Amino acid sequence: MDLALAPDTLARWQFGITTVYHFLFVPLTISLAAITAGLETAWVRTENPKYLTATKFWGKLFLINIAMGVVTGIVQEFQFGMNWSDYSRFVGDVFGAPLAFEALIAFFFESTFVGLWIFGWDKLPKKIHLACIWMVSLGTILSAYFILAANSWMQHPTGYHIDKKTGRAELTDFLSVLTQNTAITQFAHTITASFLVGGAFVVGVAAFHLARKKHIPVMRTSLRLGLITVVIAGLLTAVSGDQLGKVMFKQQPMKMASAEALWDGASPAPFSIFAYGDVAKGHNTVELEIPGLLSFLAHDDFSSHVPGINDVNKAEQHQFGPGDYRPNIPVAYWGFRWMIGFGMASFALGMLGLWLTRKKFMLPARLRTGPDEVPHLVLFRNKVLHPKLARWYWLAAAWTMTFPMIAMSWGWIFTENGRQPWVVYGVLRTSDAVSPGVSQGEVLTSLIVFTLLYAILAVVEFKLMVKYVKAGPPELTESDLNPPTRIGGDREEADADRPMAFSY
Amino acid sequence: MQLHDIWFVLIAVLWTGYFFLEGFDFGIGVLTKVLARDRTERRVLINTIGPVWDGNEVWLISAAGATFAAFPDWYASLFSGFYLPLLLILVCLIVRGVAFEFRAKRPEERWQRNWEHAIFWTSLLPAVVWGLLFANLVHGMAIDAHGDYVGGLGDVVNQYSLLGGAVTLLLFTFHGAVFAALKTVGDIRVRARRLAGTLGAATVAAVAGFLAWTQVDSGDAESLFAAAGAVTALVLAVGANGRGREGWSFALSGLAIVGLVATYFFTLFPDVMPSTLDPRWSLTVANASSSPYTLKIMTWCAGFATPLVLLYQGWTYWVFRKRIGTQHIAGGSGRPGASGTTVRAADAH
Repeated sequence: MDLALAPDTLARWQFGITTVYHFLFVPLTISLAAITAGLETAWVRTENPKYLTATKFWGKLFLINIAMGVVTGIVQEFQFGMNWSDYSRFVGDVFGAPLAFEALIAFFFESTFVGLWIFGWDKLPKKIHLACIWMVSLGTILSAYFILAANSWMQHPTGYHIDKKTGRAELTDFLSVLTQNTAITQFAHTITASFLVGGAFVVGVAAFHLARKKHIPVMRTSLRLGLITVVIAGLLTAVSGDQLGKVMFKQQPMKMASAEALWDGASPAPFSIFAYGDVAKGHNTVELEIPGLLSFLAHDDFSSHVPGINDVNKAEQHQFGPGDYRPNIPVAYWGFRWMIGFGMASFALGMLGLWLTRKKFMLPARLRTGPDEVPHLVLFRNKVLHPKLARWYWLAAAWTMTFPMIAMSWGWIFTENGRQPWVVYGVLRTSDAVSPGVSQGEVLTSLIVFTLLYAILAVVEFKLMVKYVKAGPPELTESDLNPPTRIGGDREEADADRPMAFSY
Repeated sequence: MQLHDIWFVLIAVLWTGYFFLEGFDFGIGVLTKVLARDRTERRVLINTIGPVWDGNEVWLISAAGATFAAFPDWYASLFSGFYLPLLLILVCLIVRGVAFEFRAKRPEERWQRNWEHAIFWTSLLPAVVWGLLFANLVHGMAIDAHGDYVGGLGDVVNQYSLLGGAVTLLLFTFHGAVFAALKTVGDIRVRARRLAGTLGAATVAAVAGFLAWTQVDSGDAESLFAAAGAVTALVLAVGANGRGREGWSFALSGLAIVGLVATYFFTLFPDVMPSTLDPRWSLTVANASSSPYTLKIMTWCAGFATPLVLLYQGWTYWVFRKRIGTQHIAGGSGRPGASGTTVRAADAH
């Protein structure tokens, strides 16, 4: 059969497309839930309506986004069985449990409380309403944890044995599946990166409005919250990424050698900045490197040996039999670079922004701004940035708001592609995991249907987001400012026919 | 009773929860074209399930996830075997979820009308396809020795399974109508009750016919008991509806759904996916289940989570217990920041 249309190739394309697409919404949902919850907390505690306005604004964007995240998530749970039935048979005993935990514990939480939050503005006292969005936030984070634990098991299977009678992987230690270092570091890296995604989004949107001098009080607050989120999350993403890298150097040396296009082992090993190579011959024709840095990333010193692609390939051939154990190397190499590049660009812009908009620290009193003014951008002491440069900063922040999201996508493409040809590293090959009973035509149909549907929805969602971003925060109503004091709404006869605070 | 038997029951419970709850969601979706006379009435109907439909749908995610964990072979064969019908369901669930959330986000007539068409069709189609799938499952499918479905799409569509699809569509629509009668106020409430009465006779006939066929085809003593219960509950539901006892009618139509799902699972047991090619190739609770260790962990999880879910989902229904009518729908939504009397946040402070 033509390799490009082989069922496992098609099923991989479908999984790749639907997963990357799903994961455009996931990190923004995780971070915006927490950011919205934080803002609502500020409203409940201070009663400053600025925070309520901000809660409603970011909450609306959060809801548009979570709707897409939820519906595209259903596909994820179905397609293991639909397209990867032999995978499901082989690993279900281990892999199914975290997925079921996710549904029963996290997803129920998230979906039930998000309904309460959306419709509960005039039904719940404000502290309970606030608790609902925190429940949603907790749900999103727990959800991520269980899913990442399941994915980590595919990267580094642990806590299982291959049963002799059934011939499948069976769970022996669930705790080690949930707490192995792959799961912990991958969770830390993904969650911190999610907040980088949300932070950059908030900064970008706030910058857009501040550049136009609109909605200043709310956007000023949002900008600061976003910048702090970007800087903290960016730093932690880098640290956790370094940790995850070290774990991967041990567990999947092939992935990391591919990430660096390091064909032959070296001690000390250099970090590649640019490479162009010949995959068939197994060497680079052009390379630009920083000596010793790769050894440091792998082992914390500048001289250790790091094995190359050709070495690991030989070792795996020795261990698992003849075959090519190399992933797609250009994808791994460039995926790794785009991940770091886009992510860190956003982090750097956030650091710059936090410095430029500082409130008191090393800032003369005359340059400080009030809550109704667009903050001055001050690079050097005593001098406000030239308006043209200031405008450049706002525009740069707005145009780069999706950079961490792009970084995240490349991160997933890198890590999933880098594990190939394995679906469960060292245990099950991707080509052995596909559904034998599903025809080429069926997979092609679903691939086309999902791709078209997702493309259409992407346009709809994007336009809706832009519309609501541009519209800015809503105006508060009297009932917004006077939430009910009893569950189910205050029971006054005069209010019986009052329109719902929110309706579809 | 072994752990895999308990898990068979738990999977049945999750599907029951799903059909009970999303049953009326689908019904409401269908009724937006059948019962509602104008846009405001359609919005009344949609808003009766607004706060809860998302949570209701998680019962499906849980049923699928729990099947994966407790019966990997069942999950693999079921989901790959019903590839194209499940694709249709997925597309519907995706569009439907988005439709609920996005419909009111723009004021344009065309935008709202398109999403309303979407809500109707993406509620109707899954309501039919689920019934069709379960009829095939109960009857048995062409499963080979490896557990793979070797039949074609045409084999899934036959008189029995089409009747099964009609049953779920009618039952869910009836369930939706009595739910609408219970949750709305005003003219639409009266018409919902009348419509439930009209649907009642057809629903009873279809359900009774399908269950009798199932009983003859593959039933046993337990399934007969469940089927009789389902039909009785449905007849009583129709009666309660006629007497204006809306709460009772809804509870009883829910009970009829419980009876239907119980019939499916009693008929299956101890198989989970009977093979029509060779009984030795049938997937059973014993040969399709996970290891005892996994089942034990899953039992702890379900034992802890399920009562909690029932508790907080039940609470949600209590919070939103008030009936809604056309007067509760604010006009002209779809403009960001639109509402009645407004004060500017910035100015107010």
